[in-house]
Amino acid sequence: MAEFTLPANSKVGVGQTYAAPAGAKNIRKFKVYRWTPEDGKNPSVDTYEVDMDTCGPMVLDALIKIKNEMDSSLTFRRSCREGVCGSCAMNIDGTNTLACTKFIDEVKGDIKIYPLPHMPVVRDLVPDLNVPYAQLTSIEPWLKSTTQPPTRERLQSPEERAKLDGLWECILCFCCSTSCPSYWWNGERYLGPAILLQAYRWIADSRDEAKGERLDNLEDPFRLYRCHTIMNCTKTCPKSLNPAKAIAEIKKLMVERTI
Amino acid sequence: MNSDLRSPLNRARGLGSAKDGLHHWWAQRLTALALIPLVIWFAISLVMMSGADYGMVRAWIGSPVAMVLLILTIVIGLHHGHLGLQVVIEDYVHNDGVKLALIVAVRFVAVLFGLAAVVAIMRIGFGG
Repeated sequence: MAEFTLPANSKVGVGQTYAAPAGAKNIRKFKVYRWTPEDGKNPSVDTYEVDMDTCGPMVLDALIKIKNEMDSSLTFRRSCREGVCGSCAMNIDGTNTLACTKFIDEVKGDIKIYPLPHMPVVRDLVPDLNVPYAQLTSIEPWLKSTTQPPTRERLQSPEERAKLDGLWECILCFCCSTSCPSYWWNGERYLGPAILLQAYRWIADSRDEAKGERLDNLEDPFRLYRCHTIMNCTKTCPKSLNPAKAIAEIKKLMVERTI
Repeated sequence: MNSDLRSPLNRARGLGSAKDGLHHWWAQRLTALALIPLVIWFAISLVMMSGADYGMVRAWIGSPVAMVLLILTIVIGLHHGHLGLQVVIEDYVHNDGVKLALIVAVRFVAVLFGLAAVVAIMRIGFGG
């Protein structure tokens, strides 16, 4: 059954508080989810009082400052710090987003930071994304063509290329998939909005010759039709993309090839 | 301990695509569309019959237009309802045995109720 309460070993307790350095005037509290596999304890929420006068404007700046100056054990993924790598996706102030493009000022009150929801946690803010990555592999996200390759680029008209706008920008941060209740309840069988948007990116590509095969592989009560247009995906996408629309386009094509 | 040692790709691929689901989804949309005018008609009819006595209601059910529309409303409504309940069961029930039993039960109950309603309306209509 769907689980409506956390399992006993996932109940979140109160953790430690790390005070701001003496003399700090402009303090904000960051409440961060902590869990490590080694000590056998339940997760807890630690509080870090961060001096904002010496901190950058983004949530990721604060996390890096905490790790550098207050608690080096805090674990999170980050790389590009400019919203193109998708590493620092986490749940900030109740919404999945990228820590590097989220302004601290946008959050009222304490800044609550949790890992992406309903994924196994590796440590602290690092979720286990092996299944979503494997789901991406399963849709074979590359151009398929059986026509003899041309000696130059495969041509595409500006109109055909325009159909990929809003799709190619996806950075696979999985903010959308992990915000989707359908993905929470059936994450192993439902592909989720991120992967379905990727699938549509290849279906919509005028150079791809495997549309039918791709649609065949998606036509499934769980892989595709677990989407109930809840729209959390579109609401949460830090790149302002519209995975729900991409899924709707796939559903339209499913009908189109029968009439 | 973790008893599932399959690779992530193995878990993602599962048993493969069912190559099914479009019919269910499309039927749910079409029945929803059909129910819009039918339910409006049904609601208006009920309001218009407030204060009517037993004989008048029987006569109304027996009229050809009301008979056809009533049967359509009930049959399409039950079809739509059973499709929707199946989705809810698939979403939330993860024990395969329980899931199968519930889906079958919902389908049987829908057919039973539908047939009972159609027989009842026809008996009234044809004065059985």
